[in-house]
Amino acid sequence: MHEIITACLVFVVLGGLLGILLAIAARFFTSEKPEKLEAILSLLPGANCGGCGYSGCAALAQAIATGEAKPNTCPTNSNDKNTAISLLLGCQSAEKTIRYRAQILCSGTHEMAKKKYMYEGIDDCNAAIGLAGGDKLCPNGCIGLGSCARACPFQAIDVVNGIAAVNYEKCRACGMCVDTCPKHIIALIPYDAVFWVGCNSQDKGSVTKSYCQTGCIGCKLCEKKCPAKAITVQGAYASIQYDLCTGCGICAQVCPRKIIWSAHSQKDRGIYSDGHDRLPAQGNSTPNHG
Amino acid sequence: MNVASLLLLAFTAIVVENFIFSQFYGICPFLGVSNKPSTAFGMGMAVTCVITLSSFLTWLLYHHILDPLGISYLSTIAFIVVIAALVQLIEMFLKKYVPVLYEALGIYLPLITTNCAVLGSALINIQNGYNLMASVVFGFSSALGFTMAMLIFAGVRERLVFADPPKSFEGLPILLVSAGLVAMAFAGFSGVNIG
Repeated sequence: MHEIITACLVFVVLGGLLGILLAIAARFFTSEKPEKLEAILSLLPGANCGGCGYSGCAALAQAIATGEAKPNTCPTNSNDKNTAISLLLGCQSAEKTIRYRAQILCSGTHEMAKKKYMYEGIDDCNAAIGLAGGDKLCPNGCIGLGSCARACPFQAIDVVNGIAAVNYEKCRACGMCVDTCPKHIIALIPYDAVFWVGCNSQDKGSVTKSYCQTGCIGCKLCEKKCPAKAITVQGAYASIQYDLCTGCGICAQVCPRKIIWSAHSQKDRGIYSDGHDRLPAQGNSTPNHG
Repeated sequence: MNVASLLLLAFTAIVVENFIFSQFYGICPFLGVSNKPSTAFGMGMAVTCVITLSSFLTWLLYHHILDPLGISYLSTIAFIVVIAALVQLIEMFLKKYVPVLYEALGIYLPLITTNCAVLGSALINIQNGYNLMASVVFGFSSALGFTMAMLIFAGVRERLVFADPPKSFEGLPILLVSAGLVAMAFAGFSGVNIG
């Protein structure tokens, strides 16, 4: 018993002395710089997604504090918070950042796209790619094994019926899915864009038609009908230039393949998704993109 | 102990029984921060500070508190407490005065706490029955040996960047192979018997 008490006492005294020593040392060695860093760090989302190109929120905070990165570098932060960061650094206000969202440019669900074979392997798109470029005949089709969903730090992607779908509200456009997708079919488009082309087939129309019931055939109808000249058919598929798009929806109406999709759009909520990111296009959607 | 025997002790600690190359203590920072000579040197200096101070403090702690009170069986824990506090001190110092080095060392700085080279030297001091002077000299020179090993290997690693090893050897494997080769060079000293 006596020994236990001695041991405890010695360690209490030892720990106490060292603690006091460290507390005194901390007084001498603290600098003011970290407080600013902490403040910036607290205004960042803290998801450490890496979308900014730095190794995490702490590294970005450091870069912002030293002036290496702009206050609005974080692609996932809200405008208010980015403004708060720039005010903290003594700037007037940050440039307004456009919010983006990820969009999977494929509509080849199980019913729509033909397959080469039945894939029964590891649940990972990169693994499936190793087997003749994936199970879908379309060389640019979504593999649908959810590598992007696993890469997403915000759990914004689900695989629905063989293709990935983005939950817009959760998506912070960090770009991790874009880098992960082995088919490179995920794009970042403006958050409030209502219409998008759900295909990026590089093949000729006839070839696309042979393996996908819905893929873009490059007929250029949308390009001709678009009043804002926002759609161009480059190569084999249509793409929308969002700085020109007015969201009128004519392209979606004329598309014979129904491959131009529309997002849920409501005046008060803006663009949203209910877990499934695409609706059959409706021409009368509210023009939402200014 | 006279001066000559202290010098011999230092030589033994630096070269013959080099912490990294013949005792294999402290391999973690050795592989972790030896990619640039400057950071390797910074790490070496930080470890030198910690080992020298901890040799001094742990000797006093053991011979004046733990041993007289009959609780020397707790020496490992007590030494770790002292070492942890010292590392914390060094960390605060570096954060304030050498932030560049603080950033470069990263996680390896707090990991000095669990670096077996530091605890090892404190325990060897007690085991070999060194007096206070010899303990400090042994600690300091072992740490110098550690720094030297780090610097030598940082130099090797700078050359390794340009090497073109087979694919399966790229990265850590070739690093371990080269570390082994450098350690073999140090094995040449093992025949040196100073007594």
